[in-house]
Amino acid sequence: MFASLMGWVDARFPATKMWEEHLSKYYAPKNFNFWYFFGSLAMLVLVLQIVTGIFLTMNYKPDAALAFASVEYIMRDVEWGWLIRYLHSTGASAFFVVIYLHMFRGLLYGSYKQPRELVWIFGMMLYMALMAEAFMGYLLPWGQMSFWGAQVIINLFGSIPFIGEEISLWIRGDFVVADATLNRFFAFHVIAVPLVILGLVVAHIIALHEVGSNNPDGVEIKKTKDKNGIPLDGIPFHPYYSVKDIVGVSVFLFIFALVLFYAPEMDGWFLEKDNFIPADAMKTPEHIVPLWYFTPFYAILRAVPSVAGSAFAGVAAMGAAQVFLFLLPWLDRSPVKSIRYRGPYFRWALSLFVISFVFLGYLGTQPSADTTFLINNTTLARLFTIIYFAFFVLMPWYTSIDKDKPVPTRVTMK
Amino acid sequence: MRTLIYAFLMSLMSLTSGQILAASGGVHLDSVNIDLADKASLQRGAKTFVNYCLSCHSASFMRYNRMGEDLGLSDAQVKENLMFASDKIGDTMTIAMNADDAEKWFGVTPPDLSVISRARGTEWLYTYLRNFYLDDEKIMGTNNTVFKDVGMPHVLWQQQGYLALDAETHHLSPATQGELSTHDYDVMTRDLVNFLAYIGEPSKIQRLALGKWVLLYLFLFFLVAYPMKKAFWKDIH
Repeated sequence: MFASLMGWVDARFPATKMWEEHLSKYYAPKNFNFWYFFGSLAMLVLVLQIVTGIFLTMNYKPDAALAFASVEYIMRDVEWGWLIRYLHSTGASAFFVVIYLHMFRGLLYGSYKQPRELVWIFGMMLYMALMAEAFMGYLLPWGQMSFWGAQVIINLFGSIPFIGEEISLWIRGDFVVADATLNRFFAFHVIAVPLVILGLVVAHIIALHEVGSNNPDGVEIKKTKDKNGIPLDGIPFHPYYSVKDIVGVSVFLFIFALVLFYAPEMDGWFLEKDNFIPADAMKTPEHIVPLWYFTPFYAILRAVPSVAGSAFAGVAAMGAAQVFLFLLPWLDRSPVKSIRYRGPYFRWALSLFVISFVFLGYLGTQPSADTTFLINNTTLARLFTIIYFAFFVLMPWYTSIDKDKPVPTRVTMK
Repeated sequence: MRTLIYAFLMSLMSLTSGQILAASGGVHLDSVNIDLADKASLQRGAKTFVNYCLSCHSASFMRYNRMGEDLGLSDAQVKENLMFASDKIGDTMTIAMNADDAEKWFGVTPPDLSVISRARGTEWLYTYLRNFYLDDEKIMGTNNTVFKDVGMPHVLWQQQGYLALDAETHHLSPATQGELSTHDYDVMTRDLVNFLAYIGEPSKIQRLALGKWVLLYLFLFFLVAYPMKKAFWKDIH
């Protein structure tokens, strides 16, 4: 019965073929470790954001006069509204936690290297789209941080020479962030950017399944196949990794639920205090701080001194910080992918890079005139900005002279 | 490799222990015991709120009947004791004062207090309510140590009495005797702040109640999922 039904479908649509290509006969390396949970978790969070977003849209009002109150309406009067809203707000931060760990995995095991350059590029485009999505979504509650955060970021475009002012006016649709801005950000947040994200996810996965997954040893499993053409170190994604990822999902959701039910504001890191004050164009908050996932780039922006009274150099540096990530596949000259067989230079470089990224993230939340460890925050941010860029700029040099270790021909199970 | 992971996780941890907001502007804030299960405290706080706050300040996201339900009061009890500004039990806590008039009278429109506890924090509110002092330079005759030059007068002066600020030591001391002892006034303001914390997020009661069951479910789910993975993977070496 089922077989004949599937036969009927398969004659008209490649259902079985797709199932096999992407799941039951997609051979993934058998040695995935902890770091390989975050791809499927990112998919889970994406679905969560879309589903909760749909339900929020049913009650949210994209109107400067009504937006703030409609969020509180959701929190109080909508059945399970508080849960839907916290799922969405906690989900936004969880998305970035998962994506940052997923990207870090790529750095650890050289997953961006040939032949996976396009997987990496699509992934970076996803990261860009996700940042746009988060930025525009954060305007919607129409609190003070929503308003002033958007004001500051849109004003950055104003520093572009000659056409900057016009561009920021064009983005806002008004001389300050206002109803027009809220309405268009709503449109981008609920439909335009999600469409881009979904398209890129498909591209990311198709590109990955075309070349096959990397693994913690950085060994190409397709080089050693059995007589049927199946990689000796590969196992079908389904059921092996589907059952494994479910374990990851249960642990992830446990931590997620802990935050959602017991600390949804995460002490100001996920929901800022000032965002419980309705947006007011006449009152500038004392510290305007973007949410934590933007702060490394915000710190870079502030660290770069203004040139001839223009912040454009900082804006350019912030842009360059992202562009360099795109170029990673071509900056890395080492023949070795995985950190397990890399020489000391790359290990040091990556450690310093991670430390500088995390500290930049911290410094982005702090007033730049304050001190941390007795050192002025701006000085520290400049130091870490230099390390951040040195990781990329010096990469062709230190990866080509590094003392890499011999890479085994088969994966290891450690 | 392990040291790298460790270093990464440790640096993440150091991030979360930070504090973004120093909302007090450097003034020491007194800690306050917030307990949404303490219905008696919430009821007393509600009484203070409707009597002293709810004529200038609204709480326009909070409905009377929802408050009654959560505080263990019947609709009739709410109507009789707590509803002076409205007569429909499903109404929100709005006020009759016009925002433009308020701005003329106080220099600023008194903010809606629905989510004030989430914006300011409960410790700030508790300290603020207990730190008004006499200041001749202000139109209302009082100032506040945590909210300098606030437009709001010392509404609870009858209960607390007035405090005076010593210009040198920056300590507050009683200038006039109030109806309540310091301890009783602390209790009164604690109840009020407890109530403000409640109206800031009424669903917190459901949230905390549901949380443990979700966690229990996810734990049981793990107990099934993990052996299942083990069983599938037993031949993979």
